[in-house]
Amino acid sequence: MTSFYLNGKSVSVDDDPSTPLLWVIRESLGLTGTKFGCGMALCGACTVHLDGNAIRSCVAPLSRVAGKHVTTIEGLSQNLSHPLQRAWIEVDVPQCGYCQSGQIMSAAILLKENAKPTDKDIDEAMSGNICRCGTYSRIRRAIHRAAELSAERRSS
Amino acid sequence: MKDLNDLLNPLVESPSRRSSPILLSKSSPMPRREFLKTSAAIGSGLWIAAHVPELAARSVSSAPTNATVFAPNAFVRIAPDESVTVIVNHSEMGQGIYTSLPMLLNEELEADWSKIKVEAAPVDAAYNHTVFGLQMTGGSTTTPSEWERFRKMGAMARLMIIDAATQKWGVSASECRVERGVVIHTVSGRKASYGSLVEAASQLKPPGTIPLKDPKQFTLVGKPTRRLDTPSKINGTAQFGLDVRVPGMLFALVARPPVFGGKVSSFDTAEALKIPGVKAIEQIPSGVAVVADRFWSAKLGREKLKISWDGGANANLSTTQMLADFSKQSASPGTIAKKTGDPGVALAGAAKTITAEYDVPYLAHAMMEPLNCVVDLRSDGCEIWTGTQFETVDRANAAQAAGLPPEKVKINTTLLGGGFGRRANPASDFVVEAVQVAKIAKAPVKVVWTREDDLAGGWYRPMWHDRFAAGLDAAGNPIAWTHTIVGQSILTGTAFEPYGVKDGVDSASVEGAADLLYGIPNLQVDLHSPKIGVPVQWWRSVGHSHTGFSVESFFDEVAHAGGKDPYELRRKLLANQPRMSAVLQLVAEKAGWSKPLPPGRGRGIATHFSFDSYVAQVVEASVEKDGTVRVHRVVCAVDCGRTVNPDIVKAQMEGGIIFGLTAALKTEITIENGRVQQKNFHDYQMLRMFESPEIEVHIVPSELSPTGVGEPSVPPVAPALTNAIFAATGKRVRRLPIRAADLVAGSGAKS
Repeated sequence: MTSFYLNGKSVSVDDDPSTPLLWVIRESLGLTGTKFGCGMALCGACTVHLDGNAIRSCVAPLSRVAGKHVTTIEGLSQNLSHPLQRAWIEVDVPQCGYCQSGQIMSAAILLKENAKPTDKDIDEAMSGNICRCGTYSRIRRAIHRAAELSAERRSS
Repeated sequence: MKDLNDLLNPLVESPSRRSSPILLSKSSPMPRREFLKTSAAIGSGLWIAAHVPELAARSVSSAPTNATVFAPNAFVRIAPDESVTVIVNHSEMGQGIYTSLPMLLNEELEADWSKIKVEAAPVDAAYNHTVFGLQMTGGSTTTPSEWERFRKMGAMARLMIIDAATQKWGVSASECRVERGVVIHTVSGRKASYGSLVEAASQLKPPGTIPLKDPKQFTLVGKPTRRLDTPSKINGTAQFGLDVRVPGMLFALVARPPVFGGKVSSFDTAEALKIPGVKAIEQIPSGVAVVADRFWSAKLGREKLKISWDGGANANLSTTQMLADFSKQSASPGTIAKKTGDPGVALAGAAKTITAEYDVPYLAHAMMEPLNCVVDLRSDGCEIWTGTQFETVDRANAAQAAGLPPEKVKINTTLLGGGFGRRANPASDFVVEAVQVAKIAKAPVKVVWTREDDLAGGWYRPMWHDRFAAGLDAAGNPIAWTHTIVGQSILTGTAFEPYGVKDGVDSASVEGAADLLYGIPNLQVDLHSPKIGVPVQWWRSVGHSHTGFSVESFFDEVAHAGGKDPYELRRKLLANQPRMSAVLQLVAEKAGWSKPLPPGRGRGIATHFSFDSYVAQVVEASVEKDGTVRVHRVVCAVDCGRTVNPDIVKAQMEGGIIFGLTAALKTEITIENGRVQQKNFHDYQMLRMFESPEIEVHIVPSELSPTGVGEPSVPPVAPALTNAIFAATGKRVRRLPIRAADLVAGSGAKS
């Protein structure tokens, strides 16, 4: 049995400890918002947070998260209230949508560490996430917008 | 246009297939008149039950108990709680039709937009494409197909709802209007919500005629409207094929031959069966399937499998060799696709002639969601969950594989994590294989393709070679143009061959070349279609994906050879093409074509007509000393007729530009010793955020009917980029993807 916290709740699974976290989350714990894209940490579709850092769950063995806190897209907010989700809706970022969980989870760490990122900061933080539909310019706009929304929230 | 159902008939062999009402339908596709007539004759609610049994079942299960749901036709249901469900018959793969088709319907229905929900249509002839006569999504044709039908379906519902209100109130319809899901009796101010009229409306017959609004009265169509699917795509609730869970479901991976057309010689399962969770390993027609209780167990099991393969006829295939062979073949003309004037004579008499050869590689679609399919196969039926673009064809092929009549096969279309054509497979490869796996799994099973499986799985955009010659008169104007194309036919060998291949010319091979818009008096386009054992398929913009690049690059060469400005020469030769001329001038104006650029930067321009839409683009680019290309800015102008949702049109232009730039700068599938050499995103690289340029899209206002949007922005971007590179460096790129080595400062220019 491996125990960890998923979106704030304690969970225990009996998967082999070498199983990538991605498949544990998707199949054993039933949260399918975290996506499989490459299995080699190349595309970022499987990005989740591990104790406040962005990781690629497709290459992180279950053993690595024992006792730790994992956050997935489902745990980012209740009712779409995270500034990134609000900005994503305002800018209408997604097309097929498959990569967007990973995009948002990467962007969330960027904003946590850098309240007002520049285009260059965004390039650096987001270039590990592929979007085949080509929504990059909207992702960029939405991250800037989310930074504004976060600032408004802090000042209000 | 010919009914594609006819073309599917060659596939029909078994008696069970012959019983398919869709495959044998000779009637014109989705005849609206017949649809309405049938609907009127049978009565609204019953019509659904009679013609769309799956839908009736679903209504019963999803609607509140004992509640009547008003379902006047196959495309809309209104419930007493005011919710409006639009049943969408095309697949949502990012192109926004789960928003734009409900917009069309609600333009006429005038329900409260916030109450609109979307449901994927089951497979039924009622949902066939209005032109192609089968249920499918592709060719940038969804909006053109549904432009009128969805509005009619909404109008039908509104008229019946109003009818119900007038009967209840004993007033005339002319005294009533509707507003956001409420019928209002203008004289008395009495109001009734759509939901409150559901039961009464369900008793009524559909109207005999269904007049539509004058487009000048549109309140929703033409307005930027937020996508309905965005919330579910940013909180993890959107269901893609890979997210489907069925009780008792197992997982499977398939080991497929490393060479196309290869066969299993022998295999040893001993080590693989030792992996905990592996349930079954058996040979199926496409390879060896490993079934397990989890994806990861199936993957580990497949890694332990020992298989000896017989490579067969394609074991020596080499794209390096093909490159040389194609060039050699292009030296002699192929089958004529288009001829005007006398290009031979004109070339011989030209003041100046230029020639050039262009190459583009095989390309994979590389959707972010790898292929997958869930099948629950039982003796009396088969249920399938998958993200498909090709429901009718998949159902027919799945039925054949399952040994069931098509009506016993139910397909649930999920959201598609990208499609780009790959999920409209003429052989239904990923669906048929999953049915075969279900036979050995003896339980519901999800077949998952890894990224490696998906990339090596074939069905690529063909590799193409384009050889040109042009003759210029003494003033530098082109008077002759010849174009020889070499590349595999996409349509030959499929059920669509009789439709798209005429006199030995596959229209998909020469589109964008044989229908050149430029006024050049002597023109010849001819085609060689070598038979090669690599499965090929439509890939976002199909044949235009090579002709856009080669034609617009060579046109640039012609302009420079004649001492002409590439924009001015295009303008001159498009004088008889008002719509293309307008987008060209718009893009030049917005891009500041004649304005100076910072040192080192070049500007390139290209136009392309595809899917009945007109697109022109200007790219600003520079090349660093090490040959790295930087794309700074892309300006795009498009005329796609009337726009349903301008923001979605912009998004599609943006996305197509990134897709086209990825092909220009990054991707190629190469094959040596019959084996695909690319494995994953490290060697089949996608454009990323840091390489993504600023993109501006300008839409030409139009009152003409809508034309294609999903694909037309792809073809012009590669040539606009390579033309910009030429402007910046004097180096002409004639082979994609662009290679930094060819552009290193001081390296020999390929011009």
